[in-house]
Amino acid sequence: MKRIFSLIVFILVFGFTLLAQGYKVGDKAMDFRLINVDGKMVSMADYPDAKGFIVIFTCNHCPYSIAYEDRKIALSKRFEPMGYPVIAINPNDSTLQPQDSYSQMIVRANKKQFPYPYLLDADQSVFKTYGATRTPHVFLLNKESNDLIVRYIGAIDNNYEDADAATEKYVENAIKALENGKLPDPDFTKAVGCTIKYKKS
Amino acid sequence: MLVNILILLNAIFYQPVAESNSKIAIIDFETFQHYLTNENDTVYVINFWATWCAPCVKELPDFEKLNQKYGDKNFKMLLVSLDFRKMYYTRLIPFIEENKLSAEVILLHDPDANAWIDKVDPSWSGAIPATLIYKNSFRLFHEGDYTFDELNTIVEPLIY
Repeated sequence: MKRIFSLIVFILVFGFTLLAQGYKVGDKAMDFRLINVDGKMVSMADYPDAKGFIVIFTCNHCPYSIAYEDRKIALSKRFEPMGYPVIAINPNDSTLQPQDSYSQMIVRANKKQFPYPYLLDADQSVFKTYGATRTPHVFLLNKESNDLIVRYIGAIDNNYEDADAATEKYVENAIKALENGKLPDPDFTKAVGCTIKYKKS
Repeated sequence: MLVNILILLNAIFYQPVAESNSKIAIIDFETFQHYLTNENDTVYVINFWATWCAPCVKELPDFEKLNQKYGDKNFKMLLVSLDFRKMYYTRLIPFIEENKLSAEVILLHDPDANAWIDKVDPSWSGAIPATLIYKNSFRLFHEGDYTFDELNTIVEPLIY
């Protein structure tokens, strides 16, 4: 019984530590400087005219990420002209998930002609700072004064399997709300996704 | 003639899943939900996984070992696949047959995951693997993988 109690305590403490990290809606988001599939470094500071950003932690291998690929492209084409560019970030350690290596990212980006940057979180610090736990995982940032404020965290919509069957387009609705001077509702959703692959220290 | 062709096509394309493989049910969350709240002194180990999820597949042998150890006790294991519906015949059934899984497998098909993830456990972000172990009011949810020893440490004291 003592063993099980200490195990539960460990899991609770560990769980809360994980939960305690990362952004909540309303937090100020950090900029990053990560390598893109074209070899150039990308920061959000490179977009002085942006009103916000659709930051999506995603990757090559995960079927949920793949299922949302065309929807990510559609979001980019629709909302970048409105001032909300998509920035995709692969957070996975390629020694644990070889399909998510930098060279495989380049192959995938070229094949699908991603209209958005597809960045590698090489030291895996950005996903930890943001608190991404799965792929795909969206953080919608809104520029307020000179800060980037997290205004929505979660899924793109409510049907991973079939875009046409989605009845709630969370990201689209969240941007519409921001454009109308309102706060997104819901501002937080959950979705099934692939765990982010990193070495536990 | 036309009617015959239609019947034939119907038979080819609309085989009821339950008849072709009665082992693996495809259910939505509402139908699945009762598995989460039994109070019958049975230890439930409910693992959320998918065939394409590498850490899930890696931990499955440990779950199998646990199921073989306690399968005849007050113990019930349920492997809840979150594979896509379209992968049922191409991925899920062959995987179960190849790996000779002894635990019961169901395919939870309910793509509006935001509506049900919190009902499994509020601490679940939705990433897999994830496992719920419970017996009556004892409840332990873990997002991430498990080893046999970890599972056994939790389950053993709950078995009689």
